Amino acid sequence: MDALLQQIVSGLATGGIYAAVALSLVMTYVATNAVNFAQGEMAMFSTFLAWAFIQSGMNYWVAFFVTLAISFVGGVAIERTVLRPLERAPVLAITIVTIGLLAIFNSMAGWIFDYTVRPFPSPFSASPIRLGGVVLSSHSVGSLAVTLGLIAAVYLLFRHTPLGLAMRAAAQYPMASRLVGIRVGWMLALGWGFAATIGAVAGMLIAPVLFLDPNMMGGILIYAFASATLGGFTSPVGAVVGGFLVGIIENLAGTYIRFIGTDLKLTVALAIIVLVLIVKPSGLFGRPQAHQA
Amino acid sequence: MSALLELRCVEAFYGRTKALHGLDLEVREGGITALLGANGAGKSTVLRAVCGMIPTRGQILFAGTSIAGKAPEEIARCGIAHVPEGRATFGSLTVEENLRLGAYVRKDRSNLPSDFKRIYATFPVLFQRRRQAAGTLSGGEQQMLAVARALLLRPRLLLLDEPSLGVAPLVTAEIFRVVSELNKGSGVSVLLVEQNAPLALDLAQTAYLLETGRVVASGPSGMLKEDEAIRRAYLGY
Repeated sequence: MDALLQQIVSGLATGGIYAAVALSLVMTYVATNAVNFAQGEMAMFSTFLAWAFIQSGMNYWVAFFVTLAISFVGGVAIERTVLRPLERAPVLAITIVTIGLLAIFNSMAGWIFDYTVRPFPSPFSASPIRLGGVVLSSHSVGSLAVTLGLIAAVYLLFRHTPLGLAMRAAAQYPMASRLVGIRVGWMLALGWGFAATIGAVAGMLIAPVLFLDPNMMGGILIYAFASATLGGFTSPVGAVVGGFLVGIIENLAGTYIRFIGTDLKLTVALAIIVLVLIVKPSGLFGRPQAHQA
Repeated sequence: MSALLELRCVEAFYGRTKALHGLDLEVREGGITALLGANGAGKSTVLRAVCGMIPTRGQILFAGTSIAGKAPEEIARCGIAHVPEGRATFGSLTVEENLRLGAYVRKDRSNLPSDFKRIYATFPVLFQRRRQAAGTLSGGEQQMLAVARALLLRPRLLLLDEPSLGVAPLVTAEIFRVVSELNKGSGVSVLLVEQNAPLALDLAQTAYLLETGRVVASGPSGMLKEDEAIRRAYLGY
């Protein structure tokens, strides 16, 4: 029983990371109707920046927030410079561009910081936390707390601020939004900025576990896709729930299904994607979408 | 009274198709002006051209300054509120959120509570349904919501595109009464597109009659109403 609980709770901790990356995927998807395949690599690059700051002697939390600020500005800048010119381009063109961004960020990180696998510090203490029979690393508990805080902040932003309302309106009905005076282009750019910020948080929280290298986020992005697909690609709530579910499912499958073990864990994510698309393509919380032929 | 909105020789385009052919039009400050004409005459196109929703050539002056070529969001910020064809309410947002969006660009935040109170008093049904998704409202309620949202911008000029379309006659009368009261009370100028000519001519002081993107007649609504030839040829009653 304790073993099961242990797996579920540690699944929640990694699930929080998937939830965060899935949330950033959904945010850009809802706003621009394009999947940002570079979301993971942008997060990885942000994490490298944080690493460089910490290396240069900066306090962890200062480096953390400076990185968030840079990621936000970077996300906005990418939307304005790279995606803005594609405003009227077909979705496929935008998708190809985000795949291009993926390659660019990956190689840029390798070029600047090289491909050595590096340790990344955790801001939380090294001693484990015991809850009944369950033993958890402080980092798992801490990163779960941070992701939950992040999700709460995103929720408050979108539900309870005029800016969040305007961003939702802009994503839903751009022309009507412009008629009430919302600068839709900027809302989309802010969406990219917030998505990049959320991704950066996820990157910095997972780096102590996975170690930092330019390919760190590759697997995470696939889990995040599984989470977003499971939750329904149009629903931020779905992305978060999907993230936690995928974290738990992945952990349980790795522990209790012998042939999966640790080697085939990533396959679980792909299996989830395929299954959801076959059984309920709109996911748990997504709205079915009609497409014009 | 001077012209609040002035169109001089305006052409407008849908892709390569020219929809307005050198149109001249004036909306007087504090007045209600109606645009009449058959389907496809270019009435809605005039509103879209004013709002920057489609590319135009020629002069469009609002309160003396050119707004031609500006983006719709900047034109809204100048004080022009547009209730477009099809209402353009945000279906998955609540009624209240829709209304808050109407006031999104307002600088005088402190006046908002009293403005909301007045809007809810004018449209009690919107108050009842304020927590409901706008998409669940009936056509008439959505039309009221669209008008209420536009009014929360506190516009100097209100563009109304066929408020009677697909709406019960009682609701139409209600909306027209509100618009007329607002026009008299707070002096908001109105440019009204309407298929229902008798209704529009009753409300407006001035009217323009459009045919295939050109003005074919214009003048005080009383005069257009009396003109037997115009009535028979264009207004169909």
